[in-house]
Amino acid sequence: MLTKEQSERTASGTLGPAMLLDIRKVAKTFGKSVVLRDISLKVAEGEFLTILGESGSGKTTLLRIIAGFESATSGEVWMKGERLDVLPPYKRRVNTVFQHYALFPHLTVEQNVGYGLRVEKQTDSEITARVEQALARVKMTAQAKAKPSKISGGQQQRVALARALVKRPQLLLLDEPLSALDANLRRQMQVELKSLQREVGIAFVFVTHDQEEAMVMSDRIALLRMGELEQVASPREIYSHPATAYTAQFIGHTNLLRTVAQGGVVRCNSLSWPALFPDGPALLSLRPENIRMAGSSGSQDAVRFRGHLRHRAFHGSTELLQIECADGLSFSVRAPARTDWQGELEFEFDQADAIPVRESAERP
Amino acid sequence: MITMPPLLWVSLFLLAPYLLMFCYSFWSLSASQTIVHSWSLETYRQLLRVDVYWQTLLRSMWIAARVMLFSLLLGYPLAYFLSFRAGARKDLFYQLVIIPLWVSYLVRAYAWKTILGSDGVLNTLLQYAHLTSHPLDFLLYSPFAVVLTLTHIYTPFTFLPIYASLEHIPRNLVEASHDLGASPAQTFWRVILPLSIPGVLAGATFAFVLSLGDFLAPLLLGGPSGIMISNIVVSLFGAAYNWPLGAAISFCMLVLVVALLFLSERLEKRWSFS
Amino acid sequence: MEFFMSGVGVKGSRWLTAHAIVVFAFLYLPIAVLIIYSFNGAGVGGFPPRDLTLDWYRTLFADGAIWESVGNSLLVAGCAVAIALGLGIPAALALDRAQFPGKAVFRRLVLLPLILPGIITGLSLLMLFNEAHIKLSLLTIVLGHGTALISVATTEVFAGLQKLDRAQEEASLDLGANYWQTFLRVTLPNLKLSIIGAALLIFTLSMDEIAVSFFLIGRNNTLPLEIWGRLRRGITPEINAISTIIFIFSLAAITLWYRLRKAEGTTEVAAELIDTAV
Repeated sequence: MLTKEQSERTASGTLGPAMLLDIRKVAKTFGKSVVLRDISLKVAEGEFLTILGESGSGKTTLLRIIAGFESATSGEVWMKGERLDVLPPYKRRVNTVFQHYALFPHLTVEQNVGYGLRVEKQTDSEITARVEQALARVKMTAQAKAKPSKISGGQQQRVALARALVKRPQLLLLDEPLSALDANLRRQMQVELKSLQREVGIAFVFVTHDQEEAMVMSDRIALLRMGELEQVASPREIYSHPATAYTAQFIGHTNLLRTVAQGGVVRCNSLSWPALFPDGPALLSLRPENIRMAGSSGSQDAVRFRGHLRHRAFHGSTELLQIECADGLSFSVRAPARTDWQGELEFEFDQADAIPVRESAERP
Repeated sequence: MITMPPLLWVSLFLLAPYLLMFCYSFWSLSASQTIVHSWSLETYRQLLRVDVYWQTLLRSMWIAARVMLFSLLLGYPLAYFLSFRAGARKDLFYQLVIIPLWVSYLVRAYAWKTILGSDGVLNTLLQYAHLTSHPLDFLLYSPFAVVLTLTHIYTPFTFLPIYASLEHIPRNLVEASHDLGASPAQTFWRVILPLSIPGVLAGATFAFVLSLGDFLAPLLLGGPSGIMISNIVVSLFGAAYNWPLGAAISFCMLVLVVALLFLSERLEKRWSFS
Repeated sequence: MEFFMSGVGVKGSRWLTAHAIVVFAFLYLPIAVLIIYSFNGAGVGGFPPRDLTLDWYRTLFADGAIWESVGNSLLVAGCAVAIALGLGIPAALALDRAQFPGKAVFRRLVLLPLILPGIITGLSLLMLFNEAHIKLSLLTIVLGHGTALISVATTEVFAGLQKLDRAQEEASLDLGANYWQTFLRVTLPNLKLSIIGAALLIFTLSMDEIAVSFFLIGRNNTLPLEIWGRLRRGITPEINAISTIIFIFSLAAITLWYRLRKAEGTTEVAAELIDTAV
C-alpha cells in the first residue's frame, strides 16, 4: 500500500512516484455519440489504478485507446516522455489481458504464452526459460501442453495474464478480467492479482464495474461517469470523502440528505444541528455505518432521530435497516444483526459524518 | 414419424441408384446392344487395360487441380478483403459475390464461348487494339478455356467457406496478436491463416470435385484436347453405347469423390479449433 | 488507426483492394459482355459492339420452342420445390432433433448431391428408371431435380432450426399446447423465412439445372436443355437475349433470397450449405 502521503501526492498527480502514463485531454466520439470527454489522468510507475464505471461510462474505450485499438478523437497519450497514441499496438510497451482472455485456440498454453516472445524473435532457449517462469508464477505449469479449450475459465485467465506479463511491459491493462468468474473464485483472484502486481512491480490499469473489487485491489480509483472523471483518489479517500452524490452512492451505500443551512444551523426536515459549512442549500452524504443506536456512544453532540423499521436486509454479520421517520425522512442504517428490532427506534449520528457533496449534473 | 418419408425417398432415389450403378458395372452388353444381367469383371479389366481412360482421368485431375488452385488464389484474398477490410460495405460486396454463383452455369459458360472465340470479343478487341495481328487459337477449344471457365464458375464456391471461416475468427484474437507485438503480416501468418484452414479445405475440395466431374464446359469449350473423363462417360451412355463401362467409370468417380470428401473432412477436423 | 485491425498494413491493403477489383471484374465482365452484345446489331462477337438493336429480343419473343421450354421449366421447378420442401423439412427436423440408427449415413446421403458432380446423380437415376422401365419425360426430370435439391431444402431449414430458440417451443408445451400444435403455431412460423428462402433457391436452381436433366430428358425440353441444343448447332444472338433475361430473373430471385436471409439474421447460409456438405 502507498502511504497516506504518497496517495495524496499521486491523487493530485504532482510529485511522488515517477509518472508513467500521461493521458492529456483525451476525448472520443463514435459517430454522433460522445463516449469520452476531456479525460486527463496520470498513472504512476508501479501503481495499481482502477478505472471504475458503469457500462456505457467509457471505461473500456479509454483502455482501448491506451492499448491502441482505438484512436482518440482529440487529446494525446504520453508514456515516459514519448507520444504513445501515434504508435500501432504492436509497437507499444503496453500489454492487455482481455475480458474473454482471447487465447489462441490453435496453440497450446505454452505456445500462447510464448507468442509475444516469438514475434520479438527471441531465441528458443530464452523463450522456453521465460515461458516456464511465467507459467510457474501463475501456477499453470502442469497445463503447459494443453489447448485453451481444455482448461477452465479461471485457468484461461491465468494463461492470459502470463502471456501478457512474460513480455515485461511497462504497463499492463486488464479489461474486466474477473467478470466471467464466479463469486468465490473472483475474490480469490482479486487477492492473487494484487499480490502478483506487488511482486512484478509493473503498473496495472484495471477496468471494472464492481466497486468492491476496485476498493479491494487499487492504490487509486478513477471513477468514470458518462465519459467524464467524477473523482480520482485512493479507495479510503474516495470512500470517506466522496466528491459528488454519484460517487457517494456508487461506492458503498449512503444516505443523501437535502438540507439548507441558515444562520449557522443546518435544517433537514425536522432535524437541525450546527452548520460546519456556509449558508445555502447543501446535499449531505451520511454513511449507514456512521449511524448508531441513540445513547450508545454517550456523545452529547450527536444528532438524534427516531422512526419505524420499514425493511431490513440480512448481510450475515450486519443488517441494513430501512428506517422511516414521522417527518418523512428515510434512513439506511447499518447495525449488528439482531432479531429484536421492534416499534419506534431511536438512532443518532455525529454532525461531522454528514459530509457535503456536489450534486452530480444530469449529463446529456 | 417424420423421418420415414425422407428416409424412404433417399433410399429409393439416392442409395438404390448408386448401388444399381455399381451393379451395372458388372453386367454386360449383349450382341444386340441390350443390357444383360450377367455378372463379370470384364468391364473393369477393360478399364484397366485401355490407356485412354487413364490418360483422360489424369488430364481431368490436372484440370481440376488447376481450377482449384486458381479459385483459391482468387477467392482467398477476396474473402479476406471482405472480412477484414470492407467495413460497412461488407454486406453489399457479399451480395455481389454470390450473385454470379446462382446465375445460370450455362449462361456463364456460353458467355466465355462468345468472348474467347476467334471471332469473339477478346480476339477482335486485341486486333482492334493492334495487340495481335490474327486470332489466338488457344483461347477456345482447349484445356485453357475449360480451366478459365471453370475457375470463373467455382471461384464464388471457393470464396464462401473461406469467408465463413474468416468471419468466425474472433476479432479479439487479432487484437491480442497485435497487443503482443505481432505486426499485421505476422498476425496473418500466425493467427488468421491457421484458423482459416478448414474453410480453405472445404472450398478447395468443392472446386476440385465439381471440376473433376464437369462435362458441360469441356463439351462447349474444350475441343478435342480438352476432353474430360465425364465426357467419355456421357458418350458411353450416348453414341458409344456401353452402359456397363460408363457405369464402371462413373462408380469409380463416385468412390474417388467420396474418398476425397472423407479425407477433406478428416483434415478439417484436425485443423478446427472452435 | 483502424488499419491496424485489418491484419495488413497500409500498402498491403492497396494490393488487396486492387485484387478485389480484379476478381469482381473477372466475375462480372462475361455477364456484362453478354448483356451488351444482346443488343449488338452485328450479332455475336466482334468488337466494338455497334448498331444497337432490340431485334434479337424480338426474334426471341417470337420463338415458340423457347417459350414452350420455359413453360416446362416452370412446371418442373414448381414440382421440384414441392418435393424438395416436402421431404427436406422433415429431413431437417429429423437431423436436428431425432436420434435414429444410421443418422450419420442419412445426413451424408442427403447432402451428397450438393457436392457430387451432377453427372453421377443423373446417371444413377437414369439406370434406376431404365431398370424400372420408366420412360424418360418431364416426370423423370422432376424426380431428379426434387431428389438433388432436397439437400438445399434440408440445409436451409436446418440452419433456420439452429437459430430457433428452443425455449419458445418449451414455453408453448408448458402452456398446454401439444407437439403438433407447437409445431404449427411456434416452429413453423419461425421457419417461415427459411422455407421461403429455400423455395426461392430451389426454384432458381431447378430453372438452371442442366447436369442431371441432361440424362433424364424425354421429348420435352426444359429451358437450359433447349438452349443447350441450340448451342450445339451454333451460336445465335438470340441466345444472348434469353441469357440476359435469365440473368435478370436470377438477379431478382437471389437479391430477394438474400434480403429474406438477412431479415432472419444470417447471411452465411450458402457457406453453411457447403460446410455441412463437405
